[in-house]
Amino acid sequence: MIRFENVSKIYPKQNHAALDLVNLEILKGEFVFLVGLSGSGKSTFLRLVLREERPTSGEIIVAGKELNRLSAHKIPELRRQVGTVFQDFRLLPNKTVFENVAFTLHVLGYSQKEINREVPEVLELVGLEEKSNRKPSEMSGGEQQRVAIARAYVSRPAILIADEPTGNLDPATSVGIMKLLDRINREGTTVVMATHDSKIVDSMRKRVIELESGYVIRDQVRGVYGYAG
Amino acid sequence: MRAGFLFKEVRIGLRRNLTMTLAVMITVAISLTLLGVGLLANSQVRVMKDYWYDKIEVSVFLCGTLSESPSCSGGPVTAEQRNSIKADIEALPVVDTVYYESQSEAYVHFQERFEGSAIAQNVTQDQLPESYRVKLIDPTKFAVMQSAFAGRPGVDSVQDQRSILEKFFKLLGVLRDGALVIGLASVLTAALLISNTLRIAAFNRRRETGVMKLVGASSFSIQLPFLLEGVFSAIVGWMFSTGLLAGFKLLVDSRIAPLLSFTKFFTWSDVWVASGILLITGFVVSTFASVITLRKYLKV
Repeated sequence: MIRFENVSKIYPKQNHAALDLVNLEILKGEFVFLVGLSGSGKSTFLRLVLREERPTSGEIIVAGKELNRLSAHKIPELRRQVGTVFQDFRLLPNKTVFENVAFTLHVLGYSQKEINREVPEVLELVGLEEKSNRKPSEMSGGEQQRVAIARAYVSRPAILIADEPTGNLDPATSVGIMKLLDRINREGTTVVMATHDSKIVDSMRKRVIELESGYVIRDQVRGVYGYAG
Repeated sequence: MRAGFLFKEVRIGLRRNLTMTLAVMITVAISLTLLGVGLLANSQVRVMKDYWYDKIEVSVFLCGTLSESPSCSGGPVTAEQRNSIKADIEALPVVDTVYYESQSEAYVHFQERFEGSAIAQNVTQDQLPESYRVKLIDPTKFAVMQSAFAGRPGVDSVQDQRSILEKFFKLLGVLRDGALVIGLASVLTAALLISNTLRIAAFNRRRETGVMKLVGASSFSIQLPFLLEGVFSAIVGWMFSTGLLAGFKLLVDSRIAPLLSFTKFFTWSDVWVASGILLITGFVVSTFASVITLRKYLKV
């Protein structure tokens, strides 16, 4: 689903690489944790997958698309196959929960009828069917993140990218979010989650890729946050 | 993106940016009106030229007792010379019509023109020259007449009324060009204001556009609401400008035309043509300004 071949990224005016000759492959349906300290290259990795940045060298293939050969007007097509969730939720404050989720579908050209069918379904999945008329400001952080996940998932993307989705949430709420992401993963969506949260990584026992100073220093199939012991 | 959703977003955008939207509408209205006045000035010059050039003549003055030019050294024009001059004028292909004004007719016209003035009393019939009044098919072809008749025995002088009007039209032309330059400069101002307004709008809505990018909206669908806002404001401005120009036309007809009965004025169809040009100008300028701005500030 995602393949990096000898990918390096050096930002202008920086002397060391944000990513240095990274090779990895994430298969369809996998759940992958991306761990590492701030500045280790996690965000760069995610930005490269979304084609917000281009690699300095190397090949990236996402959902069957060679990103180096992807012309600018094809980028939206790539992003429709990759849902994204952020630490800061990025909801539209003037729109209700329903409208926030429906926004994706409007942008993609769904009819009102399809929207009225799809949005309640995904709101039920994230457990917010009762709150569809609320504004984000009236909700807790955990609920807002569920809305953000619903928005990312409503168009059923092949890949879901989550950048520190529990970073602003307390542990109990985080568990709920992780259950939700796990459920989405079980329905066939590839999930890539960047995180600092060692408890979550340890409890899920999923594949862990650790980055340090732009290198992949660890890639374990059923890993934990740090080396055990 | 469906039309209903699109228009809703446009409406929200216009309302959220209400003061700037109004500023754009008013600026577009004023600048298009100024340009429209320039266009109407252009029509007015054309109308006046048509009107006056249709009336002007070339006068071929014949030698009288007071003539001093060398070609009159043989004394007043003879009947023979008079007839041959007439025949030659009529033979020229540039001539439309020709008529003869005798000394007595010239005297009557002179008295009419300077009625009540001291000059009228002091002039006698034999002091005024007889002449041929020639209307040309193309009034600009005066040189042909000049070269054919100036200096010919029996002809005192050849005068073109057009040369007098020419100065007047030159003045009008300068005024018209000035109006057009001011109009174009203010249209440029409007374009810059539209560009700036959209830049602010794009900044205000960077959350929305950011989300649109993330979920895979195309550049076009991200930019379209902004583009429509710019064009919509311009179209409203254009409506006002057409109203103002129509008001200007009514004012000219009711207040100015009765005072200046010596000329005609631009017509309603001139107003509609100008309005059409302004619509196209407003549309093209606002689209152009929007597209350039959005390409710069709303990249995917």
